[in-house]
Amino acid sequence: MDRVEILKTYKIYIGGAFPRTESGRYYTPLNSKGDPLGNLCLSSRKDVRNAVTAARKAFGSWSERSAFNRGQIIYRIAEMLEGRKEQFMLELQKQGSTKADAEKEVVLAIDRIVYYAGWCDKYNQVLSAVNPVSSAHFNFSTYESMGVIGVLAPQATSLIGLVSLLIPAICSGNTAVLIASENLPLCAITFAEVLNSSDVPGGVVNILTGKLDELAPGLAAHMDVNAIISESLGSMEIGIAQAAVENLKRKFTYEANWMSEESQSIYYISDCLELKTTWHPIENIGGSSSSY
Amino acid sequence: MAKKKTIKGGDNWDYSPSLESTSHITILPKYELFINNEWVKPSSKKYFKTTNPSNEEVLSEIAWANDYDVDLAVKAARNAYNDVWSKTSPKERSKYIYRIARLMQEQARELSVIETLDAGKPIRESRDIDVPLACNHFFYYAGWADKLEFAFPNQPMEALGVAGQIIPWNFPLLMAAWKIAPALAAGNCVVLKPAETTSLTALKLAEIIKESGLPPGVVNIVTGHGDTGAAIVNHPDINKIAFTGSTNVGKIIQRAIAGTGKKATLELGGKSANIIFDDAPIDQAVEGIVNGIFFNQGHVCCAGSRLFVQENIAELVIRKLKHRMDSLYLGNPLDKNTDIGAINSKEQLETIEKYIKIGISEGAEMYQSTCELPGKGYFCRPTIFTNVAQSSRISQEEIFGPVLSIQTFRTVDEVIQKANNSPYGLAAGVWTDKGSRIFNLTSKLRAGVIWANTYNKFDPTSPFGGYKESGFGREGGLHGLGAYLKMKL
Repeated sequence: MDRVEILKTYKIYIGGAFPRTESGRYYTPLNSKGDPLGNLCLSSRKDVRNAVTAARKAFGSWSERSAFNRGQIIYRIAEMLEGRKEQFMLELQKQGSTKADAEKEVVLAIDRIVYYAGWCDKYNQVLSAVNPVSSAHFNFSTYESMGVIGVLAPQATSLIGLVSLLIPAICSGNTAVLIASENLPLCAITFAEVLNSSDVPGGVVNILTGKLDELAPGLAAHMDVNAIISESLGSMEIGIAQAAVENLKRKFTYEANWMSEESQSIYYISDCLELKTTWHPIENIGGSSSSY
Repeated sequence: MAKKKTIKGGDNWDYSPSLESTSHITILPKYELFINNEWVKPSSKKYFKTTNPSNEEVLSEIAWANDYDVDLAVKAARNAYNDVWSKTSPKERSKYIYRIARLMQEQARELSVIETLDAGKPIRESRDIDVPLACNHFFYYAGWADKLEFAFPNQPMEALGVAGQIIPWNFPLLMAAWKIAPALAAGNCVVLKPAETTSLTALKLAEIIKESGLPPGVVNIVTGHGDTGAAIVNHPDINKIAFTGSTNVGKIIQRAIAGTGKKATLELGGKSANIIFDDAPIDQAVEGIVNGIFFNQGHVCCAGSRLFVQENIAELVIRKLKHRMDSLYLGNPLDKNTDIGAINSKEQLETIEKYIKIGISEGAEMYQSTCELPGKGYFCRPTIFTNVAQSSRISQEEIFGPVLSIQTFRTVDEVIQKANNSPYGLAAGVWTDKGSRIFNLTSKLRAGVIWANTYNKFDPTSPFGGYKESGFGREGGLHGLGAYLKMKL
């Protein structure tokens, strides 16, 4: 008798744990052939709030880690993903990719994570400035992490889109609440398992599945979210942009082919950062100078 | 308790008045709109009066632009962008901006006096701070025009097109410089609206721009009230809105442009913390508190309006602060001795007085300088509140006047939490002798500008702007260029 396969239950990822949605609801996305992908959590606004709470709680210690340490952890994500390459390829194929495309997408995702791992302890050197003010002050501007970033994962891909938006946001010390592609959600949850085994502290990334039009407005209006990043949202764009105004969220909308090698840069990191300028007086006593 | 000793010299301690002359300045009785380097009558046919807030006398009448006038200005800017400015080489762009800077320097004294007359700020400040900084801002950005590729490595970029810029009344000329200089350096054309109570120095700047030979339409200045600003925000052919002003209006603007693809930078309100530790040089810190909250009558978005004093020195600091407040000179802004000038407008004075009443009714203890108020004009005594609760409206809401709320703290962790407990995040000050503590605090305070052992310092090379609800984008420095460039990556 053939062995009965163990099917995976896709749950959501909040605060380092894999709960089911508090709402108890589910939905069953279909692939292009009409086969069901599984019973996915149809997350609720309450799940969004729980995810934001977990992300905010994780922000302090994640943002205060050394850049080197964050770089190590992001690199570790790539290591874990490399080890699970086959699993992601199978999931992508289940969702409609050819084997060749699936392999290309996973490999690119891994390499992109390594690319951003390398930026962790470099972007501030490249983008900061010492400002030559006219008064006797030492003045410099450096980038700091922003807080909780709401990531609306690109809809057309299951893995590479979310990696392209999520990793630059968290490699700089932000935490994130990510809403997975509505119709291609499988890799998002499996990616949560990768994160969970990569020394990424619980709460740094929180991943929900469900209907974008149910979840995005609540995330965009949440007063403890600092930014919303996404692709263009079409008919939802204006509503989401307006919901984000109440606490002046930073909002970035990207148009890119995520499967292109070019769709990665330091500027995806700096969009989710705040620039801080600090002034320190320089003591000036007497007339001794450095002109020896 | 030892008897309080105060030097009482009566009139002997007064300085003789030292009034700046107004003989060398020209203010026209009426100003039109500045479009295409021409003075254009407003199609609204309406004018509004601008007054001197220190004596309530009318200084001039200013054109009130309506939708049609704004459209004219935007068209002028668009044509100038398409036909001339986008084809002007960066090197030549640079030289025009240098010219403007030099012409401003040459006319600095006139600009200072007009600024003081129109805005009510002490001549000492407009002469030594506002006007030189405005000139230097043009000077700084002039040099960027042909070096943009060094600002953002590996970033293909281009100008945005037409920028709509709306500026506040607290630093009228300086804010015009903060807006126009980087926009031109990055290759944009501009439609700028000054605040309705302080249009004069922007119109003087228009004269300078015309004199500089800048091509017509590159800078257009339309005067008016909020409806004029709304016409700029809603104009479909504007690529960018740069706004400095209140958080409320900033949110209205942000909603209005949601989904339009217009780029925005917003420099909004603040409720900045000024933190004094027990090892701080106390007398310097008291000067810093005074400079933090009473500079420009407290009409400063980054004013140090929440003072946190370590508990064991609170009594000493507050006693010295009250003593210092009593020696501040409040009066005619044209007097070179004046420390505290006029409140910018009647409406703003009413807002400040409303908050003072709220502070009293919430149970905080008030102290005001003992100085006399002039008979005419809009003036407010420097005011401090002690025993203020964290939840009090005077410690949560921006007052934009010479009103300080004082709280105490015991530990570093406590003051970080209290200071960050605000929807705003524009600036903060830290006073301590300990370097490692400064770096601990400056990295944990959620604000865009941190002053260590100083306060309210500005420089063209130094980026300025806030976290959270204090807005987004930076003005000044290399990073300020980013607000006016279309980044492709």
